[in-house]
Amino acid sequence: MTPFQRPVSAIWWLKKRAYFFFILRELTSVFIAMYLVLLLLLLQRLSAGPGPYAAYLRFLATPGMFAFHAVALAAALYHTLTSMSFLPNIIVVRFGEFRLPAIAYAVGSYSGWIVISVLIFWIVVLR
Amino acid sequence: MRVATPRISLEIQRYRPEQEQEPILQAYEVEYHEDWVVLDAINHIKDHMDGSLSYRWSCRMGVCGSCGMMINGEPKLSCATFLRDYYPASIRVEPLANFPIERDLVIVLDDFMEKLTKVKPWILRDQEKPLSEGEYRQTPAELARYNQFTLCINCMLCYSACPVYALDPHFIGPAAIALAHRYNLDSRDQGGKWRQQVLSSEEGIWACTYVGTCSVVCPAHVDPAGAIQQAKLTTTLDWFRDVLLPWSGR
Repeated sequence: MTPFQRPVSAIWWLKKRAYFFFILRELTSVFIAMYLVLLLLLLQRLSAGPGPYAAYLRFLATPGMFAFHAVALAAALYHTLTSMSFLPNIIVVRFGEFRLPAIAYAVGSYSGWIVISVLIFWIVVLR
Repeated sequence: MRVATPRISLEIQRYRPEQEQEPILQAYEVEYHEDWVVLDAINHIKDHMDGSLSYRWSCRMGVCGSCGMMINGEPKLSCATFLRDYYPASIRVEPLANFPIERDLVIVLDDFMEKLTKVKPWILRDQEKPLSEGEYRQTPAELARYNQFTLCINCMLCYSACPVYALDPHFIGPAAIALAHRYNLDSRDQGGKWRQQVLSSEEGIWACTYVGTCSVVCPAHVDPAGAIQQAKLTTTLDWFRDVLLPWSGR
């Protein structure tokens, strides 16, 4: 008797909420990669002189680029927040029998995030 | 006047290779009891309505890991899934996803058994010490490192929830990797280098994309997804140590 092998649907990732959010998380990387390309182009334009740099800034100020950056920011936030939520299961910190609770990871990672963001804001905007 | 006992409908997937080309759903209506689990209803069907129904079960108390089934599309132990959580709606019962179906609710589990033995989930020693030297002793802290991963009951719900295993059946899979990790963390074990060959292979830990559903469905709270990511971290740190400190003699 031949066992029956069930086929895997091409839309398997739409069949469960958890699968959908997994694929969504994978897709956030595409937006982050595209943002990095824009950032590299910015450096390249900067090295090309004031003219090309100003033209590139005008391009970045177009509505389409503004919308893209809004989506890329949302993607980066989603990727970051989910990554932070995974930390307690990946990096296990023990003191003897005691295991560091998830809340300690959340406090540590969010505090670090805020401190670094404030520092960057100070360097880029306030200084 | 006698009040009629409420009833609940179960749609059970049947596959009898001698009479069906592919699985079909068959509906059964059974008495509804608040304290019945899905396995009770299936046992009732088997004993009183249709003796031809095939399925696996043993302990009826969430320990043996035999009665895993897809219940309304979710991998669950049928002995730990109450009818009251679904009543009055009907319940669809299918064999565990991602495995070939032998008959009705019985899956072919040869692939899992093969993978399980591949990771050598037992204590490996380079050399056993003589009995006269006594047992291998462990501190509570050493036990705590791996204790969570000893709780696996090999129910295979994690394989059923894993889309990576569905798409790539060569993937060693959550339970086998979690058990390998359990022994790698055991202070009495010296077999990490043997298991590493399997864990670091293409079908091992790096095939996992951390969907995380294996840990969600695990009835024993083993967290196999966590075990796989921890194994990735350990492997990466070991690699860096080998490259940067080759004299460390790991």
